[in-house]
Amino acid sequence: MKRVFASAHVKRLFSALAALAILELMTGPPGSALAPTAGFTGSFGEPASFLGLFRTQRWVLFLFLALVMYGLWSAWLVWGQQVRTATAKAVSAPRAATRTRPVRWGMAVVVLAVALLLPHLITDPFWQAAMVEQIAVYVLLALGLNVVVGFAGLLDLGFVAFYAIGAYTTAWVTGALPTAAPFGIHFNNFYAIPIAIALAMGSGIILGAPTLRLRGDYLAIVTLGFGEIITIFANNLYGITGGSQGTNTIPHFSLHVGPIKYLWGLTPVPYYYLTIVFVILFIAGFKLLEHSRVGRAWTAIREDEVAAESVGINPLKYKVMAFAIGASTAGFAGVVTASQSNTIFPSSFTLQFSINILVLVIFGGMGSITGVVLGAIVIQTGSMYLLHTPPAGYQPQDLYIYLGALLVVMMIFRPAGLVPSRRRHREIGLAEKGEGHMNEVLTGDTP
Amino acid sequence: MLEVHEAVVRYGAITALHGISFEVNQGEIVTLLGANGAGKSTTLRMLSGLHAPQSGHIMFEGQDVTKTKAHLFTSLGIGHVPEGRRIFPQMTVEENLEIGAFRRRGSYSDDLERMYETFPILKERRKQIGGNLSGGEQQMLAIGRALMGQPRLLLLDEPSMGLAPMIVDTIFRIIGEIRDSGTTVLLVEQNAAQALRLADRGYVMENGKIVFGDTASNLLTDARVRAVYLGENVES
Ligand SMILES: Nc1ncnc2c1ncn2[C@@H]1O[C@H](COP(=O)(O)OP(=O)(O)OP(=O)(O)O)[C@@H](O)[C@H]1O
Ligand SMILES: [Mg+2]
Repeated sequence: MKRVFASAHVKRLFSALAALAILELMTGPPGSALAPTAGFTGSFGEPASFLGLFRTQRWVLFLFLALVMYGLWSAWLVWGQQVRTATAKAVSAPRAATRTRPVRWGMAVVVLAVALLLPHLITDPFWQAAMVEQIAVYVLLALGLNVVVGFAGLLDLGFVAFYAIGAYTTAWVTGALPTAAPFGIHFNNFYAIPIAIALAMGSGIILGAPTLRLRGDYLAIVTLGFGEIITIFANNLYGITGGSQGTNTIPHFSLHVGPIKYLWGLTPVPYYYLTIVFVILFIAGFKLLEHSRVGRAWTAIREDEVAAESVGINPLKYKVMAFAIGASTAGFAGVVTASQSNTIFPSSFTLQFSINILVLVIFGGMGSITGVVLGAIVIQTGSMYLLHTPPAGYQPQDLYIYLGALLVVMMIFRPAGLVPSRRRHREIGLAEKGEGHMNEVLTGDTP
Repeated sequence: MLEVHEAVVRYGAITALHGISFEVNQGEIVTLLGANGAGKSTTLRMLSGLHAPQSGHIMFEGQDVTKTKAHLFTSLGIGHVPEGRRIFPQMTVEENLEIGAFRRRGSYSDDLERMYETFPILKERRKQIGGNLSGGEQQMLAIGRALMGQPRLLLLDEPSMGLAPMIVDTIFRIIGEIRDSGTTVLLVEQNAAQALRLADRGYVMENGKIVFGDTASNLLTDARVRAVYLGENVES
């Protein structure tokens, strides 16, 4: 018993050292043909400072951080249970209070009021633009992917494809592509919405119907491929899509209903309000869906597909439905982005984009609408903050190192996400009770 | 009610059922006996559409259901309580029961109340999640979930597996009640003695074939059955 415990300590210490060594190498200087080992020696040998407090060398800092990490990790294992029960109690008290309807509606009203006032509180043009392009649109995308990943339990790595379809459809129907607009008419952007949704949904069904018969991993690979195919099409079908230069002549949204005439121009605030309206509609729709018959079918399929089939649920039908709903949400987000920025380039529709959205969903809490909205806001605000006021040495492409590290920490301390869905919470609960072996994997020293 | 003719089921290169034929009549409890791997579960999975037979055919209430898809079987009137129960672990007891009525139109609250009368323990646990129930409670939940689909034929796969004798007695009593309320039962059991005492007829399977079938009382006294399936602990 004692020996097992000791070896678990050694294992943790080495894991901490290894993790920090990797981080050290990742953030270190690059090597070159002339000095092939410079990346390695530089990673450990260069001078560094700890929060500007004392100067030292990188390897000392690394050793220090590894020990701190090991200490925190061990402390978490020893006191984790107390901390968890204490936080669970602290969290569940206000949670219980939020169960009543008036309180929940009251909170929704407050959140809405803050959301509506936000452009007046934050007037920095960088943040006003970010609020639309990088936060509100990403909230929409996270909501859509959550239906696929969170509700139906399907891993979609090609979500960007449907976003691209939505964006290119907007360009097409408004006459901004080399290829002629449908019937030669340059439609208003609002007409692009139903067309983009229909096309994204249609391609979701065409892709989903044959592939959703496959089990999880295959689906991930097929969707991954589909995402790449769409980007390649966009890049190479020069006569149709404008090739790698894309297009920059997409008009803004405009409204002409009787006496009302309004043009969404270059300023982000009107787009912010437009997007907020759409976000509210999508949240309301998905909440209804979650608690509908369809939502229950998704839960059943996620938990046990064979059992779901034998109570009379057609798994393929409901999976395709989830896939198509997710796809059409992404298509819709594509309309908003294309209209707001007037431009689209194939190079913005990357695998990294799909993964970014997936990170928002996992971080926020798969299957929890509140969670993914909050996750999208937190992560996107964070990455925009890093872009706006970068810490010393930060490069935009470093973002994914930080996101990756964040996810690893999340998986250890809050595996069900920021705001876990009720069901995921139970899933983890079951694992900790010993129904699964999550606990053993985490601690390595259960008897 | 149910007729199976020369049904063959293969898993890739393995043939699990070599052309089996049997029938179940309205109002009966019929039991399928056999050693591990004989093909009992495969037979039940075939009868609920989870594995279509490669050849042969299945008639249910005069209708050919050989090629019918699995999710349509509850609507046909066949309910399946699978091996290992397979309740939805993160759904509450009540949600598990409700999803059993997935394909029904209209209100099922009467049936929910009836389930709680049949299984009072489930009523106590209605807000608990399925994964936290004991084995016996999970078995009751699995049976309740299948009954919520209002089956006329109920397929039960080893309902007594891993349960204490007292719970097994309860389960068997309830199976009797299910038959008395008009639902025909096809019961797969390792517990041959108890199954044969409850059943009207039985079939014995070996290596994917039905080797013989008879009335339950005849099987109870049959020398082959007594030797292989009843062992010595049964005096008749
Ligand atoms: N999914 C599968 N793939 C391949 N072979 C299978 C599969 N399921 C069952 N088999 C094989 O089919 C045969 C019959 O299996 P089945 O599960 O029907 O037996 P059983 O009579 O229910 O046994 P038990 O009493 O152990 O539950 C066995 O030889 C088994 O190995
Ligand atoms: Mg079996």
